[in-house]
Parts: sequence; structure tokens; C-alpha cells
Amino acid sequence: MEIPVIVGGGLVVIGVGIGIGLTGKGAMEAIGRQPDASGKIQVAALILAALVEGIGFAALFAL
Amino acid sequence: MKQSKYLLSIVFLLIFGLSTFASPIKVSDKEIKEDGGIKTEIKDYITHHLKDSHSYSLTSWVDEDTGKKVYLELPLPVILYDNGFHFFMSSKLKHGKTVVESNDNFYRLNYDKSKIFKTNKEGVFEYDKDNKILNYAPLDFSITKNISTIILVAFIMFFLFTNLAKSFAENKGISKGIGRFFEPIILYIRDEIAIPNIGEKKYKNYMSFLLTIFFFIWFLNMLGLTPLGVNVTGNIAVTFSLALLTFLITNFTANKSYWGHIFWMPGVPVLIKIVLAPIELLGVFIKPFSLLIRLYANIQAGHIVLYSLIGLMFIFQNLIGSSLSFVLAFFISIIEILVALLQAYIFTMLSALYFGFAVAEDDH
Repeated sequence: MEIPVIVGGGLVVIGVGIGIGLTGKGAMEAIGRQPDASGKIQVAALILAALVEGIGFAALFAL
Repeated sequence: MKQSKYLLSIVFLLIFGLSTFASPIKVSDKEIKEDGGIKTEIKDYITHHLKDSHSYSLTSWVDEDTGKKVYLELPLPVILYDNGFHFFMSSKLKHGKTVVESNDNFYRLNYDKSKIFKTNKEGVFEYDKDNKILNYAPLDFSITKNISTIILVAFIMFFLFTNLAKSFAENKGISKGIGRFFEPIILYIRDEIAIPNIGEKKYKNYMSFLLTIFFFIWFLNMLGLTPLGVNVTGNIAVTFSLALLTFLITNFTANKSYWGHIFWMPGVPVLIKIVLAPIELLGVFIKPFSLLIRLYANIQAGHIVLYSLIGLMFIFQNLIGSSLSFVLAFFISIIEILVALLQAYIFTMLSALYFGFAVAEDDH
């Protein structure tokens, strides 16, 4: 049985979802520990989320 | 300010009033596809919206007396290069229903592909087995919907920011009116994006580019959410040129240490240096490539989701389903406003980061 290509798309989205979720989790916990540094943490988290998302898009376009 | 208004109107008159030397010829309706239900119509509508178009469509409806579709749209000039330039207005194309004659050549728009092809007098498209059009496609320099929107945004930005700078200088450093809205944003880009990433010494050279690219992307993203229905930053050619600028500026302002880190990474054994060099060289191209894909895919995906949810209202056509998809579309619109700002911010931020890598001093 052949697995359709679009299944790969679903797997990519799952991976990216986990990645962005973990980024958000880390950022939230870091803000909880250091509320003063929330600005810096937010910026770093946004950039990391964007990078993870970029990989996801690249994979989806390669489908 | 008054002068600028006159200048704008003159430019638009020039653009929209370009004289035409072309005459339309009717084509038989045989080739025009019939409707295949509301789902196909919505699908066609979305795919057509995502592409560039030769005219500024505002709305369309079916005339009840004649049963024909009536389009309300702004025609834009079409400029083709095919052994000399051909000018005519896009209203002559009539959505691909007519053949346009220009200097003894015949052109016809293929509505599905949004592309103009050279045809014979009857306007016949020749297809091969894979449904590809074999007709010759002339080089298209048309002022399309996307290009006219880019010109519009460029004018808005030029007059807005020159006026802001003038009023700022006249009031001795106190912003006034709409400047009170823009001043914190500009300061944020300087203090939070440029200086921490590029450094105190060199950030000034990059400020103009960062500010321009931020407001350009932001304004275009926001215009894409208006009922005008433009999709400029969701066009891969536009994001490609923006990323190309970042790529060129990064590599042409890079110092010795940047290239040293790419081709001969300091502080690692020789064998690893050789392995790292091609990977790092690939990274030079991947960085701007990820910029262009990110912006394009985010805006494109946002538009598809938004249009699909709006289309769902017309598919359901009952109170519960339609109101549910209306609420969803409403919330997605709000998220899209956030995404519009976020993508402009990310693009600027990452550009600044790459510039920072390029000019970082070797102090280890």
C-alpha cells in the first residue's frame, strides 16, 4: 500500500506544532521565573517560533 | 500637502488615462467554462484572488435583465513587449472574452492563468497533453494590481514620512498629529531592533533600510486585509525581491571576520573547518530564502484561510453554519491583523540580525 504524500504534510505540521508549543512553554516558564526579563524573552521566543515555522513552511513547499 | 495631492492625481490620471491603440474583437462563448456549482466558484475565486491580476476588480454581479455578469473595476494599463512595445488598457481584455488587436498582433488573456498569450485572429489557445498552453507568451511589463498597489504604498510612505520629518524638525523634536502614532514605532525599531542586533557604532547605516522595509511590509499586509483584496506580500516575486535586498546588503557590507567565519571557521580543527565551509556557505543563501518563504507562506496561508471561511458562509446558507463561520472569519481577521504586524516585525528583526552577523567585530 502506498502512503499518500499529503500524510507527510500532516507530520510536518505536527512537528512544527510541537516545536512552537515547546518554544512557548519555555518562554512562559522563563517569564514566570524572571518577570523583569519578559521583554527580552518574548523577542527571543518570537524569533525562535518564526524559525521553527520557517522550517515547516519549507517542508510543506517541498511536498 | 496640497501640492502633493495635485501630484498624486496627475500621476493617477497619467496611469489610468494612457491612450490606447487597441481594438477588441468578440470571441464565441464556446470556450468559456460554465459554472460548476458554488463550491467550484468559491475555489476559483480564491485561486484567482491569490494571483496577480490585470485590473483592479472591486465587485461583480449578475445583471437581472440581461443575465450577464457585470464587473465594477478600475482598468490598468497593459504593457507587452513582443518585437516592440504594445500598450492598451486592461478593460479591452474583458476577462479573456475578447481578443485584443494591437499593431497587427492579437492577444488574449487566459483568465484561469491570469496570463496574456499571443493568439491568431480568432483567439484560439492551443493545448498540449498536460493542458499546458503552447501559445507564445509575450513579456509582460503591465502595471498590474500588485504593481499599482506597490506604487500607491510607495507614494503614501514618501509623503507621510517626509511630512513627519518636516513637522518634527519644525517643532524642535516634538511629534505632532499622526506622528505621535509613528514615533514610538520608529523609536522601537531603533532601540529594540537595530541597536541591540547591529551595535551602537554601525546601526545608523542600516536604519533607513530597516524602517523602509518594516513600514512597506506592514502597510502592504494591512492593505491585503481591506476589501480591496490585494495580495502583494503573498506574492513570491515581491517577497523574493525584498529578501534579495537583505541578501545583497548583508553580503556587500560584510567584513573580513564574517567571511572568515564562513570559509575558515576559527577555533576548530582543520578537518572540521573543511566540513563546515560548505555548510556555512549554504547558510548564506538559506537565511534570506527562509525570510522570503516565511513572509510569502504566512500571508498566502492567511488569505486562503480567511477566504475559505468567508466562502463557507455561502456554502452553508443556514443560520447556524453561516453565523458560526462568520464568527470564525471575524476572529481570523483579528489574528491576521496581528500577523500583519508580526511578519513585518520578524522580517525587520531577522534582517537586522543578519546585518549584525555581517558587521560583528572579531573580539575573541
